[in-house]
Amino acid sequence: MSILTYIAGLPLLAALALVIVPRNYRVPIRAMAVLATFLSATLAVKMFCGFGSAAMDADGYRFVQQIPWVDSLGISYHVGVDGLNVGLILMGAIVAFAAALCSYEIKSREKEFYILLLLMTGGILGAFASLDLFFFYFLHELALVPTFIMIGVWGRGEKKNYATFQITLYLSVGALIALIGLIALYLQSGANTFDIPKIIAHVQANPLSPAAQNFIFPLLLFGFGILVSLWPFHSWAPLGYAAAPSPTAMLHAGVLKKFGLYGLIRIALPLLPTAAQHWAQVLAWLCAGNILFIGWVAMRQRNLNLLIGNSSVAHMGFIFLGIASLSLIGVSGAVLIMVAHGFLAALTFALSGYLYQQTGTLQMSDLGGLCRKLPFIGTALLMAAMAGCGLPGFANFVGEVTVFFGAWQAFPTITVLALWGALVIGGVYMTRAIRNVLHGPLPEKWNSLTDAYIWRKLPYALLLASLFVFGIWPRLLTDKITPDAAKVLAGYKTPVASSPAPSCGQLRADTSGSQLLVIENK
Amino acid sequence: MNASLISLEMLVIGFGLVLMLADVFVPAERRPLIGYAAIAMLGFLLFNCLGDAGLAGTAFHGEFVNDNLALFFKRFFIVAAILVLFIAAEFADRIVAAAEYYSLVLFALAGMLFAASANDFLMLFVSIELITITFYVLVSFQRNRLASLEAGVKYLILGALSSAFMVFGIALIWGTTGKLGFNELAVLAPQFADSKIFLLGVLLVLVGLGFKIAAFPFQIWAPDVYQGAPTPTTAFLAVGSKAAGFVLLLRVLFTAVPAVTAHWANLLIVLSGITILYGNLCALPQRNLKRLFGYSSISHAGYLLLGIAALNVSGQAAILYYLAGYLFTVLAGFLVIALVLRQLETEDVSGLAGLHQRSPLLAATMTISMASLAGIPPMAGFFGKFLLLTAAVKAAQTSGNHGYYCLIFTALAGVVISLYYYFGVIRVMYWSKEAKDLSPIELSAPAMTTAWICIAGIFWIGLFPNTLLNFANAAAAVLKI
Repeated sequence: MSILTYIAGLPLLAALALVIVPRNYRVPIRAMAVLATFLSATLAVKMFCGFGSAAMDADGYRFVQQIPWVDSLGISYHVGVDGLNVGLILMGAIVAFAAALCSYEIKSREKEFYILLLLMTGGILGAFASLDLFFFYFLHELALVPTFIMIGVWGRGEKKNYATFQITLYLSVGALIALIGLIALYLQSGANTFDIPKIIAHVQANPLSPAAQNFIFPLLLFGFGILVSLWPFHSWAPLGYAAAPSPTAMLHAGVLKKFGLYGLIRIALPLLPTAAQHWAQVLAWLCAGNILFIGWVAMRQRNLNLLIGNSSVAHMGFIFLGIASLSLIGVSGAVLIMVAHGFLAALTFALSGYLYQQTGTLQMSDLGGLCRKLPFIGTALLMAAMAGCGLPGFANFVGEVTVFFGAWQAFPTITVLALWGALVIGGVYMTRAIRNVLHGPLPEKWNSLTDAYIWRKLPYALLLASLFVFGIWPRLLTDKITPDAAKVLAGYKTPVASSPAPSCGQLRADTSGSQLLVIENK
Repeated sequence: MNASLISLEMLVIGFGLVLMLADVFVPAERRPLIGYAAIAMLGFLLFNCLGDAGLAGTAFHGEFVNDNLALFFKRFFIVAAILVLFIAAEFADRIVAAAEYYSLVLFALAGMLFAASANDFLMLFVSIELITITFYVLVSFQRNRLASLEAGVKYLILGALSSAFMVFGIALIWGTTGKLGFNELAVLAPQFADSKIFLLGVLLVLVGLGFKIAAFPFQIWAPDVYQGAPTPTTAFLAVGSKAAGFVLLLRVLFTAVPAVTAHWANLLIVLSGITILYGNLCALPQRNLKRLFGYSSISHAGYLLLGIAALNVSGQAAILYYLAGYLFTVLAGFLVIALVLRQLETEDVSGLAGLHQRSPLLAATMTISMASLAGIPPMAGFFGKFLLLTAAVKAAQTSGNHGYYCLIFTALAGVVISLYYYFGVIRVMYWSKEAKDLSPIELSAPAMTTAWICIAGIFWIGLFPNTLLNFANAAAAVLKI
């Protein structure tokens, strides 16, 4: 049994076990969920640390396990990691643990909530680990449906029903469009298997016709794009996250949303190179919409959660830009941001959840001066905001700067616009939010607020620490990502062929100050 | 000539007659046992007479055929009948003369078993009539309920009309070709592919079958009859009668007249698309649970037609697979309706309010059933829809007909629409605040068994598709296209 099976299987098993626990055993139910996610996160850390020394199979994947499932269609349970998903699985497992810790805010129907939370966790971790097209989709869908139920039942705010309806509709449509793309890809490849490494090997030997590629790629791009809130299909995200209970928002914005991006990198890029080059320009302009337009929308928000939701949509733009660049540096940067943004989004939604639980409102005009009453939460929020506008030292900086390097050659105009969006627009709304929420006079009514005590601090500290670790020592990730990102891009006569050696570029941030970024060429 | 091939059908009919007689001789307090005796008998048949290929072959000059397709559907119908009898046993207190009801179910089952083996238009018509006429009685069985009688009359009129169309069609086919056997027609059909009268004949047969499966534009009866009929009848109608329509449709389209069918892709695409949209859109505002199931069954007929429209083996295998999942899913739903809405006259969705407190098992059963109908993994409905979509994409790629993509996106729109009303039912059970009656529901042991069988079936088909899919592939291999 592969360690990946345990990482994804433990939460699912715990969910199954919770079904038979009576609903009034509140403490055991919560303990079980926390324990299952903790074990899963521990195993993920172990897997991440043992990545380098683990044996590789012929296709370059580690911790592989394969069990045939449906012979006639060529579907098998096949899990494995390479540089592209190792960070995502680690991030997903840690965020899930933090989300389980933050779930104390749920006071009604805990049993159902924890079952759904564990289903979400196991499903998405399994989807990331899966090397089979069918399970890849199947497990994501398993994780997606609980999101809708959680928002509908435990959600908050007046627009809860509308938000539930919108997110269900939008994401189901996106997932189904992607499903059609995946089925078309399976049939068109002619490999008669859902096994991703086999399909890739088969297609690289017999490339798909440009017509077929240009038909399938947009299905995947927009199907996955809707799931990732690609502009202009983003409107579900801010409203949905504002209405969601914070553990759900943490898991969805942090982990589930990366599924579409991961799908594009894992499946669309290596299999559909011609179409990807064809559509890269379109994608680049759409992601400029994410970065600039949504950044601008975020500036206008008066509600902290809507602001965070919009900023999380804006951040997706950087990842899309990295993918659209089709260069090794850009794609590696995109994977880096995916991991970094997972921690960051989870952290910000966890913090806003704490504020909401304490104050009952997230309208920024009602808040203010909270740093005095909530020194820990306030500081954490400040750090999260700084990470969000790309302060060096946090993992996001490394990723964003890498993406800009990668995208410069292909889309100079958009890169300039995106830089402006990242530094100026992001800076404006983040600092403004900090000023409104944490600084200034403290309204009388908030005098009774209490800061998180030690046990409650754990999830925030954990997520912050992860952001620091990968911010200060990005080689932990980049060394793993680059060889496999190079494999993804093997079929490209890249537009950045003139750039220095995309096949062996290696990123290294200065470990002392992490402000100096060196691109080494071998 | 090998008459021993129909021993299974004969046993079922004979046992139906025995049940009728038993009603006279068994004392009143032991009559519930009659239903369980029927279940035991069918269970015995399922494991003993439907073992393997021991029964393969043809009888009556090729009119009756026992092949893998027939075997698949015979197992299907017997499982359906067993579960329906379980539901009927729970429902027995609401019908007069329960033993007659059980024997009628067996007669309908015999019709379905004949339909599974029908390889000739005469056999097709006889088996359809055996099913339909039994259902006229089954639908109006609650003589003291006006809704039941009304449903019976509606079903009778529309059913008779569709039978008339079908006979007319068969007559036209016989008149032009002089043959009724499917295998003989398959040889002749290419010559008559341009004959307007022959095509009209085939079309009229499709009208009759379209009525059985409740496909657009012959779906009008479904919601009314589903709503009015006694719940076990509705369940059998939704599963058995629909599946019988599909096995005959498969045989006619792909064994008897494959040369004609190959030209009808666009017709089938349009019918499938409209059926999907009609069923899903009309289900949206429904408050009556059985009526909701009626419209939802129309939409599922549309999804199944998508598998026929694909005109390939994957589509046919997908239909069989989907039907198997549909069997457990729908019967799970009707079991809950029969048990929970026992006292309520209206069968309104609100009657389910607070069910998760009254009976967690039934609430879970209904939730799983709804999720499976909506096509959510890991339930049976997801893998079934996945297979259907795969078949349609394959058809689009091999034929280059862009109509398939329109149909696929229509089906996706249907799936998204259906999420709304299926989740609506789940919401009422778990989160409705208007629950008036919160008394726990006592479940009898057989009812509990049935619920567990349905749940196990839904998850087994959803999680371990290998065995069933291989069986479905073997069954679909019988067909010519």
